[in-house]
Amino acid sequence: MYKKQECVAMLLAGGQGSRLYTLTEKTAKPAVRFGGKYRIIDFPLSNCVNSGIYTVGVLTQYQPLQLNEYIGNGQPWDLDRGQSGVMVLPPYQAKSGADWYKGTANAIYQNFNFIDRYDPDYVLILSGDHIYKMDYAKMLAAHKEKGADCTIAVLEVTLEEASRFGIMNTDEDLRITEFEEKPKHPKSTKASMGIYIFNNALLRRYLEEDEADPASSKDFGKNVIPKMLADGCKMYAYPFHGYWKDVGTIQSLWEANMDLVGEQPVFDLRDRDWRIYSRNYSDSPHFVGEYAKISNSLITEGCTIEGIVENSVLSSGVKVCRGAYIKDSIIMSGVTVGEGATVNYSIVDDGAVIGAGSTVGRTKASGEKITVIGSGISLKPATDVPGGEMVDEEWLKSQED
Amino acid sequence: MSASGIIFSNIHDNNIPELTRLRTIASVPFACRYRFIDFTLSNMVNSNIYNISVITNYNYQSLMDHIGSGKDWDLARRSGGLKILPPNITAYANPYLEGRTNSRLDSLKNVATSIGRITDDYVVLSDCDVICNVDFGDMIRAHQESGADMTIAVKTAELTPETAHSTVIFRSDEGGKITEVLAYPNDFSGSADIGLNMIVMSTAYLRQMVLEASTRGYSSLSRDIIGRRCGYMNFRIYRINGYCPSISSFADYYKHSMELLTDPTARESLFGVKNRPVLTKVRNSTPTYYAQGSSVKNSMVADGCFIEGTVENSIIFRGAKIGRNATVKNSIIMQDTIVGDGAFLNCVITDKNAVIRDQRMLAGAETQPFYVSKGKMI
Repeated sequence: MYKKQECVAMLLAGGQGSRLYTLTEKTAKPAVRFGGKYRIIDFPLSNCVNSGIYTVGVLTQYQPLQLNEYIGNGQPWDLDRGQSGVMVLPPYQAKSGADWYKGTANAIYQNFNFIDRYDPDYVLILSGDHIYKMDYAKMLAAHKEKGADCTIAVLEVTLEEASRFGIMNTDEDLRITEFEEKPKHPKSTKASMGIYIFNNALLRRYLEEDEADPASSKDFGKNVIPKMLADGCKMYAYPFHGYWKDVGTIQSLWEANMDLVGEQPVFDLRDRDWRIYSRNYSDSPHFVGEYAKISNSLITEGCTIEGIVENSVLSSGVKVCRGAYIKDSIIMSGVTVGEGATVNYSIVDDGAVIGAGSTVGRTKASGEKITVIGSGISLKPATDVPGGEMVDEEWLKSQED
Repeated sequence: MSASGIIFSNIHDNNIPELTRLRTIASVPFACRYRFIDFTLSNMVNSNIYNISVITNYNYQSLMDHIGSGKDWDLARRSGGLKILPPNITAYANPYLEGRTNSRLDSLKNVATSIGRITDDYVVLSDCDVICNVDFGDMIRAHQESGADMTIAVKTAELTPETAHSTVIFRSDEGGKITEVLAYPNDFSGSADIGLNMIVMSTAYLRQMVLEASTRGYSSLSRDIIGRRCGYMNFRIYRINGYCPSISSFADYYKHSMELLTDPTARESLFGVKNRPVLTKVRNSTPTYYAQGSSVKNSMVADGCFIEGTVENSIIFRGAKIGRNATVKNSIIMQDTIVGDGAFLNCVITDKNAVIRDQRMLAGAETQPFYVSKGKMI
């Protein structure tokens, strides 16, 4: 039998993350590697567990293989449980038909059968593409204290940034009076973080109504939240203070990775009171050779470093050969950087091989954009990849022609 | 072919008294993130041995903490999996007060009920003092093909009277049948096949052996069973030619740790074997941070470290912190050790959670490294 849970978390992890281009060609955005040994989804999952929420549904849709494999039975997050735990929820075929998830609201609607098993009082909606540490238990406490129907976590942003977000206008008591999606002339700087707590019964009613509305695009931000607000539901903003980063673009992914680097990093993962858990593999310790030079960088297990690494994040099993030089870059798992190769201001995805003597990217100071090498791409020796290129199989072909 | 594993976690504890004061030899930390038993457990799991008993007689808190349910080795199973067998002490019987020892045979007698329940055809018995990455499947096949009663893994080594004293020497005929056993000789020198404490036999023979050892009061496997019976039983050696150092002293521990840095083949033959990863307890550390101004050369480093100073020819375990302008040379820095700013360490082994204060200078010699015990502040 399933045990009643006060709060069930639903993690929206189906997004493609098309602005990450080749990095999400074969994997969903939440499964994109981050910070050497993590994936983006480790953050909301670890936050759930650290907040005492042990029932998590992960809604997947786009390229789910790596994500499903990664979540597995949830053991790395202590979510391999008998009466609760993590559950991957893909779209499915029902008697009345088969549907892809049409929007965030529809994805939750299709999975009420999962939520119902636990008869929760509250449903926490999360998205799988942000990097942050947050105690959802505090947010839930605020939700209960206000007697709210819905609580939305908000972040203070600058007035300039505000027009990129969904903005909550509130009264003094933080009750939301108006919601504006990407306003041209923002009235407030409280940006929605895409984290919602709903009273379960109410959520169900609104999602059923939304489902029945053919004009709706089945989206929380576009449809459900405005509708609830219009109906006079008690909706409150919950201000979050701390590090939060949407890693939806190559630039922001690079920046967020770099925020981990430093003696006093902008975002500190070494804090043992709020650990971020991840699936660990059995790599050997990393080995630093005689001629290596590593400075201001994060290095993960399984690496062999014989070259020079500066201001970079290296994931597990990276091989940096003699005379290779890596600067301002994010190197993902199992990459080989050949002898004398230079990688500057780049993101190199899993298993890529940078041939000896190649030049990838241009210096950050040159003003060129970040270069991306797709997963499994093998560059011949002495290849030159200019700044800002997205190297995938097609790019390689275009070079041959 | 199906086989069970039996691991002895305490035998040879007294070879490295420094590191086994608060732990079994099985749980002695090695190579940045492992414990000795990880190699034994991984060898078994990688050879499809999934029914493993770990016999432990004392000092086993660190061992139990390390192996837990066995899930990091895929041994948390409903059928088979990992079983820890602590001493069976009751109000009426305490084998340790009765003067029984910690030998393999005595330990096996203690767990006779458990042995009775083994359903696999063969058993692999192993201690934890040999660091290697081997396929027990090959050894079991060799055992089957030769029709031996017992097959004992050996390696050929050059011995001096000092090193020979901690070994068991097996002499055999050309076909590999054991003809003579020299257990812990006092005055041997020269080349010999020494036992690696990994033995394959049929479960039936193991049961019979334990029963006889009980009735006859035998307690030493090498002296009382192999030595006495090799004349008429078919006991055979199985030579392992790869990298497989036995750690039989503190100096050995240091020497073979350092070998991982100086000898790429040692590293490769332990950690670079395809399909045979060495598994260990997961700790969820962050990646290691190398600060600006840090300098690390020819060293092995685990995850979760924070390095600001200079590290050369050293082994740095998980979560260690090397302060600014500190120098660590030819040393082994265990888990969560803090080396203060400006400290200087040469040929030092710091045990877990040690703290070396700023500006301290510590040095040992390669033959006698300076040891800082667990949790000690200097």
